[in-house]
Amino acid sequence: MSASLVELENLTVRFHGERTVHAVNGVSFTLKAGETLGILGESGSGKSVTLKTLLRLLPENRTEIGGGVRVDGTDILKLEGRALADHRGGTASMIFQDPMLALDPVYTIGEQIAEAVIRHEGVSSAEGMARALDMLTRVRIPSPERRLKAYPHEMSGGMRQRAMIALALACRPKLLLADEPTTALDATVQIQILILLRDLQREFGMGMIFVTHDIGVAVEVSDRVAVMYAGEIVETGSVRDLIRDPRHPYTKGLLAANLHGAVKGARLHAIPGAPPALAEVPKACSFAPRCPVKVSGCDNNRPPSVVLGEARQVRCILAVPAP
Amino acid sequence: MSAPLLSVSGLTKHFPLKGGLFGRSTGTVRAVDGITFDVAEGETLGIVGESGCGKSTTARLLVDLITPDSGSIRLGGKEIGPDLSVRDLRRQVQMVFQDSYASLNPRLTMEDAISFGPMVGGMAGNKAVALARDLLARVGLDPSRFAGRYPHELSGGQRQRVNIARALAFSPKIVVLDEAVSALDKSVEAQVLNLLADLKAELGLTYIFISHDLNVVRYMSDRVMVMYLGQVAEIGPVEALYAAPAHPYSQALLAAMPSMDPDRRTMEAPLAGDPPNPINPPSGCRFHTRCRLADTVCSKGDPGLYVMPEAGHLAACHIHVPGSGHRDATSRAGVTA
Repeated sequence: MSASLVELENLTVRFHGERTVHAVNGVSFTLKAGETLGILGESGSGKSVTLKTLLRLLPENRTEIGGGVRVDGTDILKLEGRALADHRGGTASMIFQDPMLALDPVYTIGEQIAEAVIRHEGVSSAEGMARALDMLTRVRIPSPERRLKAYPHEMSGGMRQRAMIALALACRPKLLLADEPTTALDATVQIQILILLRDLQREFGMGMIFVTHDIGVAVEVSDRVAVMYAGEIVETGSVRDLIRDPRHPYTKGLLAANLHGAVKGARLHAIPGAPPALAEVPKACSFAPRCPVKVSGCDNNRPPSVVLGEARQVRCILAVPAP
Repeated sequence: MSAPLLSVSGLTKHFPLKGGLFGRSTGTVRAVDGITFDVAEGETLGIVGESGCGKSTTARLLVDLITPDSGSIRLGGKEIGPDLSVRDLRRQVQMVFQDSYASLNPRLTMEDAISFGPMVGGMAGNKAVALARDLLARVGLDPSRFAGRYPHELSGGQRQRVNIARALAFSPKIVVLDEAVSALDKSVEAQVLNLLADLKAELGLTYIFISHDLNVVRYMSDRVMVMYLGQVAEIGPVEALYAAPAHPYSQALLAAMPSMDPDRRTMEAPLAGDPPNPINPPSGCRFHTRCRLADTVCSKGDPGLYVMPEAGHLAACHIHVPGSGHRDATSRAGVTA
């Protein structure tokens, strides 16, 4: 048995179609059991693609995946048929931004949760329903007995999100993958869901990878944060280190753009330009064209990942390695 | 004090719900329910609130994209309808929407999209095109590269710049920005916010800035209005309101912002449940069903906006009204909570 719950080794993902997109370009990280990793990035940074690889949710016929992906000691890229179905929802489970798309509109919440439990654990339908009721209680849905018989459209947005979390956790996965689960929610509901996820993660002792574009959300739930840009992790570290002492120019720019504590009337230190289109594999630092501290060497090679300390790395040639 | 540029009084819009047999009316969405506020020339008024609070309906009422059921909008002292035609209103009040792609005609080049309005308004074609190119340059898009492009050939940030340029084509006094930067990535959002600040200073614009992002609203606004289920919960100078929100809902909304300090994470959600549906909203103070300070009086009477000690700061909460009947009213009257 390996020590890590998730091991990603130099993951690359290419999408082939009318044009090729190099969505993920060499991502490596590990996740310990019971740990929460936040993946922070903007649209097109490859954060959701990385997450979906862990459940093999990308379209098989036009996706080319390279590198190694191991979850709980299993090579995910080699999984086929029934083993893959066992992995999805059994070992690892995912929650999405839009619960209306993730839940089946023609079955009640109770039936959907029970179905997953029956499929994965081979229990009777009565036991499946009992688990569904238990899960709805755990995600703190008011009057869970009644909600068991409710259809997704009969619930409010926050309640649907809770129901989707209940479904994802029904088979006690070791790994929960969260793809922007609070982005579409109102502010006062978002914080409820974040606190719930934090509590459930502790209660079930599961590992969690939480993808978001919102730094504040990442701070609320994560132990460690990885910042992605153009399909690469540009900086990773504990949430404290990353917030208090960002080292990569992109992380610094992202923190400034959050406007937390921005001075009114002062100009924002906006990162100029836009992220690259990723039509080819980056040969140099992808951020160099937008970087305020760019030097001549930035355009020559891909910067190495510089180790700054324990679990702290930066992909920038200006970074000074730990002695 | 000079008269406000924009003065909104008792503005109300209810949408009937059709359903059942023969499309009978089955209820009413009270989207905007009697809101009153002023906007001074050159200021930025931020509007915040959750989905269903009526902030976007308010924006659409201001540019007459939907017609109010009752209430009045006065622009420079002239009432829309009796004194000022919708055509004249829209020359002076323009709007930028959240979805930068849906708000551009996919078959018009950027140059044509911007010059279309002025040409309809009677400007000669070549003058309108020259104006469009000038505006493109002004929003940071090189006209020689971007004038002939179509919406799908631009990124979200670039499209939103075009939408801003188009809104400026009539030299409006007021620009209503309805979640105009919400769909943009953070790094691009900062660029557009800088552009909006520059344009405001250059052209002496007045903004109504609607957003769900409280950090952005704080940065952009002079005053901020908090809405809840179609009504104004609180309105006041941005720093005073953020430092000491007077309405329990504003307090909860600010407390719900994710913490930026890993050592001080939010331990308890300030509110439980989702915002109620604006169809059949709660009686009395609409927030009383979720309010931690609710008393019997709260479900009975609408508190109305009460003037707080700070100039220009109003809050709709019984707790601040002496003699309202709320158990805490007298002890806390007139003191910002």
